Amino acid sequence: MREFVNSVHLNKDLCKGCINCIKRCPTQAIRVRKGKAVITKEFCIDCGECIRICPHHAKEAIYDSLDVLKEFDYTVALPAPSLYGQFNNLDDVDIVLSALKRMGFDDVYEVGAAAELVSEIARAYVSEHKDKWPIISTACPTVVRLIQIRFPNLIDHLLPLMPPVELGAKIACSIAMEKTGLPREKIGIIFISPCPAKVTAVKSPIGINRSEVDKVIAIKEIYPVLLPLMKESIHNTEELSRIGRIGIGWGGSGGEASGLLTDNYLAADGIENVIRVLDDLEDDKLDQLEFIELNACSGGCVGGVLTVENPYVAKVKLKRLRKYLPVAGTHWDDNKDSQNIYWNDEVAYKPVFKIGNNMRESITKMSRVEELCEIFPGLDCGSCGAPTCEALAEDIVRGVAKEQDCVYRLRDYIHKISDELLRLDMKDE
Amino acid sequence: MSDTITMSYVVPGNDFTRAGEASSNIKSMLKKMGVKPEIVRKVAIAMYEGEINMVIHASGGTIDVIISPEEVLMILEDHGPGIEDINLAMKAGYSTAPDEIRSLGFGAGMGLPNMKKYTDELKIESKVGVGTKVTMKVKMS
Repeated sequence: MREFVNSVHLNKDLCKGCINCIKRCPTQAIRVRKGKAVITKEFCIDCGECIRICPHHAKEAIYDSLDVLKEFDYTVALPAPSLYGQFNNLDDVDIVLSALKRMGFDDVYEVGAAAELVSEIARAYVSEHKDKWPIISTACPTVVRLIQIRFPNLIDHLLPLMPPVELGAKIACSIAMEKTGLPREKIGIIFISPCPAKVTAVKSPIGINRSEVDKVIAIKEIYPVLLPLMKESIHNTEELSRIGRIGIGWGGSGGEASGLLTDNYLAADGIENVIRVLDDLEDDKLDQLEFIELNACSGGCVGGVLTVENPYVAKVKLKRLRKYLPVAGTHWDDNKDSQNIYWNDEVAYKPVFKIGNNMRESITKMSRVEELCEIFPGLDCGSCGAPTCEALAEDIVRGVAKEQDCVYRLRDYIHKISDELLRLDMKDE
Repeated sequence: MSDTITMSYVVPGNDFTRAGEASSNIKSMLKKMGVKPEIVRKVAIAMYEGEINMVIHASGGTIDVIISPEEVLMILEDHGPGIEDINLAMKAGYSTAPDEIRSLGFGAGMGLPNMKKYTDELKIESKVGVGTKVTMKVKMS
């Protein structure tokens, strides 16, 4: 089993030990211990909810700095389609791409272009695999991770194709090597990402054995650098874009599904909504659909925590940008490479929430959890550092917390001791 | 130390929006206990169907789920109208669900057939005017 990696980090100096993040985390991965938040790596799916909610900005996403451009002889920028939704009055993607080159990148390859290629293969896959309907999109790494740890019955429904960023990296890499003759390690394939989940997906990919992306930088870091360069580029743009309506659409919720050219799909966004859909799907309630697109962030990738613009405003901007574009700007020339976009690594169930090593042990431990839940006040106040009384009970059974972590149990305990002391005192007299 | 754990639920009959909560609770519990995913799925679907039936037809009831290392036993009891013809009720597509329930997407007549499909044992005892007791068993292996 690959080691669990995540891309959300705690700045201890800023953490006040409040309970906002533990309450918001959809997988209950965070506890407050000794006054500071602690993330359990195995449970974290990099959704970014804790980054969004933390009032002290103590949760930070991990990504690379702009200096990484200096580490390579030749660099290619891979902008996510959500990047285009960040700017006011933008009507030409080439302005952004030209500005990226002015910034120091030697070339650009749009993730949206690769997305159009993924859509083409996905269309064929969906129509050829009716037995696996509904097929679940795998472009959002948070969703795939969530399914892997919590919805094992749905693994078989996953679209077994690499996400657009990986296909884009592969193509960009071979173009760069052909163009420059440089060895692979001198070329930097640098993804411009809307979210930390994609940083994790590069370090610890799911479905493929290694990522071709070398570095990941955040949209919010590149945004202020790009703005002035875009102004310079307005009257001097290079023709670089090879994206159409489908590719740009991928930046928002519903875009991937509409690229399949079918009406029989569902697109849900926002992690809590995603979980509800997966729960229903697991209970066989959605078996009539062909495809399910799920995005952990509200609005889709434009809602990623590393973006700048309000996701719904960004979606409008993407709509405007795609208005006069062809349906797709990029197609497979021939199918010579299209086989390589399939997953080549097994996606296995990771039962990280398992409470016992065998059924007997699980039953004993679960009975203990139920007993503890009975004696806890059921307020889910979070004072113990766990998000709910039930979570504290599980922590106790797992051996990582104790009963007196509950302030109410502690109060009872202190009362008991003081009563006893009083009684002893009275006896003496 | 006992080798089983029993979970008891009261299924309210008057609030349709809460239907399915008991089965969803059992589902997450079984997952945490490390029960095989395909077994969890069988229990969750069979119990969900039973739970929904109770709400639609019998204004609620009680469910006891007894989990042992060998099996999951579900006992659903209600004091509803009872089932007149169990064989007919078992037929796929047969339903007596009222229209307002059908408009929510229920009442396809797949409740009992699904309960049979997803369990290893299904026993229905019912008396018209008295109530219904459904016992379902899903084996762990």
